Amino acid sequence: MLKEYIGLKSEKVLNRVEGREVKKFVEAIGDPHPLFHDEKTGEESIYQANIAPPTFPAVFDYGEIDGLRLPDTGLIHGEQSFHYNRPLVVGDEILCYTEVEDYYERKGASGLMGFLILRRFGEDSIGQTVFSSKAIVIITETVREEMIVR
Amino acid sequence: MMIADLEIGKSLPEIRLAPVSRIDLIKYAGASGDYNPIHTIDEEAKKSGLPGVIAHGMWTMGNLSKLFTPLYEQGFIEDYQIRFKDMVFLNDILTLKAVLSDRDNHRYFFKTAALNQNGKEVIKGDIIFLQYA
Repeated sequence: MLKEYIGLKSEKVLNRVEGREVKKFVEAIGDPHPLFHDEKTGEESIYQANIAPPTFPAVFDYGEIDGLRLPDTGLIHGEQSFHYNRPLVVGDEILCYTEVEDYYERKGASGLMGFLILRRFGEDSIGQTVFSSKAIVIITETVREEMIVR
Repeated sequence: MMIADLEIGKSLPEIRLAPVSRIDLIKYAGASGDYNPIHTIDEEAKKSGLPGVIAHGMWTMGNLSKLFTPLYEQGFIEDYQIRFKDMVFLNDILTLKAVLSDRDNHRYFFKTAALNQNGKEVIKGDIIFLQYA
């Protein structure tokens, strides 16, 4: 049933890299380097602005894929990757969307495990990709059965 | 430190984190918007069959990249790929590591991992650092 979502994309959602959010994020990952939040350090840096750390896209809104509702709990994050063409800079306006790249099932210790591959993309205002990411989400048989019941 | 001076087989300076605390995870939930309660509320974690709350995988991944933060004037992380291998619990003490495994002109290939106090890898993966020409 999740197979039918393969290839589907969300609408694009505009996200702004806000200095305040970057500061909160780097404090939460214990990486409060001035390049991330001190304006003067940013201006004097090679970027001429503050930048965001590589896992910052975790905060972005990627829109929704029609009909795809994943449960809030019970999912296992198996793998995560990011690819950057340049770092994110405070003030960037990024259009984000997500796509179901693949879904397959494999026999595991606790039954038939589902593997959902989600790709996410961030583009600048002229349509150039700034970053992309890939998440492998593992859905156990128990959680999948609950999804069907709903 | 200049990235160009790092020899293959050598590591970036390791970082040892303070024991994981509940407030760390509450702060990450707030900053990231990931409010899955298995990361903050023991009862919810137990309902999911866990002994107690576990850290967000993305919290650990976010921490690990700080090994590279001092190098961002010289380049940036082009690729960052992680496998979540084991759970991180409250009071775990993580050590962050990255070793240079290869270099191709301006691209530096690192093997990276976070290990817990028992020496077990909780996350591991690869980072490509692209140095500005």
